[in-house]
Amino acid sequence: MVDGIKNFFIALRQIVKGGIRYYAWISFLLILIALGTRTYLQQFELGLITTAMRDQVSWGFYLSNFTFLVGVAAAAVLLVIPAYLYHFKPIKEIVLFGEMVAITAITMCMLFVTVDLGQPLRVWHLLPFVGKMNFPSSLLAWDVIVLSGYLFINLALVLYALYRLSLGKEYRLSLILPLILLSIPWAVSIHTVTAFLYNGFPARPFWNASILAPRFLASAFCSGPAIMLIIFQILRKLTKVEIENRALFKIAELVAYAMGINLFLLGAEVFKEFYSGSIHKAPLEYLYFGLHGKDLLVPWMRTAFIFNVIAFVIFLIPKTRENFVTLNLGAVLIILGVYIEKGLGLIIPGFIPDSLGEIYEYWPAHSEGLITLGIWAFGALIYTLLLKFAIPVYTGDLRFESKTRT
Amino acid sequence: MSKKIRNNPLGINLNRRTLLKGAAAGIAASALPFDKADAVDWDAFLQKHFTELTDEEIRNVIERLEKEASVEWKKEIHIGATKALPGVKFGYGLDLSRCIGCRKCVAACVKENNQSRTPQVQWITVLRFKKGEKWIDLENSEKYYNPELVPEPDYFYLPVQCQQCENPPCVKACPTQATWKEPDGIVVIDYNWCIGCRYCMTACPYGARRFNWARPEIPVNELNPETHYLGNRPRYKGVVEKCTFCVQRTRSGRFPACVEACPVGARKFGNLLDPKSEIRYLIGNKRVFRLREDINTEPKFYYFFAYGR
Ligand code: SF4
Ligand code: SF4
Repeated sequence: MVDGIKNFFIALRQIVKGGIRYYAWISFLLILIALGTRTYLQQFELGLITTAMRDQVSWGFYLSNFTFLVGVAAAAVLLVIPAYLYHFKPIKEIVLFGEMVAITAITMCMLFVTVDLGQPLRVWHLLPFVGKMNFPSSLLAWDVIVLSGYLFINLALVLYALYRLSLGKEYRLSLILPLILLSIPWAVSIHTVTAFLYNGFPARPFWNASILAPRFLASAFCSGPAIMLIIFQILRKLTKVEIENRALFKIAELVAYAMGINLFLLGAEVFKEFYSGSIHKAPLEYLYFGLHGKDLLVPWMRTAFIFNVIAFVIFLIPKTRENFVTLNLGAVLIILGVYIEKGLGLIIPGFIPDSLGEIYEYWPAHSEGLITLGIWAFGALIYTLLLKFAIPVYTGDLRFESKTRT
Repeated sequence: MSKKIRNNPLGINLNRRTLLKGAAAGIAASALPFDKADAVDWDAFLQKHFTELTDEEIRNVIERLEKEASVEWKKEIHIGATKALPGVKFGYGLDLSRCIGCRKCVAACVKENNQSRTPQVQWITVLRFKKGEKWIDLENSEKYYNPELVPEPDYFYLPVQCQQCENPPCVKACPTQATWKEPDGIVVIDYNWCIGCRYCMTACPYGARRFNWARPEIPVNELNPETHYLGNRPRYKGVVEKCTFCVQRTRSGRFPACVEACPVGARKFGNLLDPKSEIRYLIGNKRVFRLREDINTEPKFYYFFAYGR
């Protein structure tokens, strides 16, 4: 008990004390969070009328970000696979940081869904037992289950690893290997279920195509690892954590395959819609060419496409993949490309044209932007705090007190 | 510090501090009415799902809601809870050869069902099509047509509202079971249970559902005080609503407001289980069709042509 309290203070001190750069970064994030919170309180007060969403396009930027972040949560698992299934040692050592990205991403997902609700105080209605969860019929109920499960798995893994490390002990793999292995199909499940969330309704022909879930997975395996690539380089620069080049290049190679599949599936989709030429091609037409003169998203979608193709080439060729200038360029292009594609390009055209044929062009309102920024800042804050604590534990600079310590 | 900045329709009073505390925690659920824990607030917050309430609980809930509504809307409001009658399944018929696109039904519906005037909410959408053009994808339809006179010679009209699907995708989608199909076939929503996720709107193939993007506004003198819990009682900000076949009227043997309002008699209504009803006669003897039959929603809303033109 005494140990526990003492250790709590050790952890707290580690998080609170820091250099000027650390404080500046935290303050910056806190300002963005405050701005987002204020905007959210306004939305809470006035209703979602403050957004640009309307009956025609009833889901918008919040759900777009949600969808993108479910993809990012995959980052962890793309590290877990080479690390534990193929015993690729350089990656094994950094899996921890990937799992922390998963925790952060899922937390942000939950926030994005919450700010999208018309009656957030009633959110307990969708819990099992206390509420009236519509399981197994509603895919949103499934999503609640798989997302919380994934959060729980990653939390358990990270906490256990940090706990053992902080006592100066190796962690026992045999104890957590089942959980690690479970996290692989579970990561696939969060993407599949989130894709099915959109997939299941003939009312929305754009989503009602079997290609949706596979494409969703493929693009998720691009953006998540690309974010990891950037984070790892920053870590390496700012802290004592050592990350081998080999690990980074391996991740980049995996991204190349995922992006190849993503582009292939896009091609399959484009062929099917445009060659068959039925009325269901309208949303895709809207995205890349505009419909009845409405073409708000066209420049964005074309940019995303170009970004993705360039990044694919960069990551495919070993020479550009292993050069840090081009590697970073590729990573940024992928993050932006997939953010546009999965964000604007997946959710919004599901509603354009709407069920009664109307074309309402949606573009996020100012307030949606601020709230979104606030949530991203909140995510960055969680990740920073997690790192602040985890890194010294990981490098052996921070140790907890324990009677059993030898 | 206890300055009230918000008085939501549920009577949950939040002052600035609890609101900030809740948001700071990042979990909206923690913004509970801690400061003013009187019974009414908690009752509203913890109200159970409608189908799980006993008759007595329904009476209590309705009593509380009537009280809340009279404060909120400054008018005495009666909320009924008439149950579905046995042996009844409602069906609707709409004669496209008669409809002149005057939107009298829309206006009557807005009034009868207490739809918000600002922002404008309308459960019925009348689409206008140019004769001789394809209309299957609805993309060539015009929803905002506004001529001097109807009918216009070159056009025909197609009113759309909730089709009361026998196999409703909206019910399948709802994560909280806040929307369901009643025994008489009407798909209803519990406005006190809906969390406003709008998943049902995504699922509905007929664009029938409306969301309250803001607090609905209705002038006091236009508010219809005769309401039903599952129908036209005033709604809250942040919940979904739609046509209920005027459950407050039809369960007591009256016609829906739109049927009564139509000046050319294009709208028909009746009991599908009664072989002698007008609706059954129509289905049996006219050329009827239902919208988007390919997706198997089995609407109970039949379009027909009483005479050729
Ligand atoms: S028309 Fe739409 S809202 Fe009405 S029952 Fe069918 S799916 Fe539900
Ligand atoms: S908006 Fe309300 S009725 Fe519609 S799916 Fe969500 S909780 Fe159910």
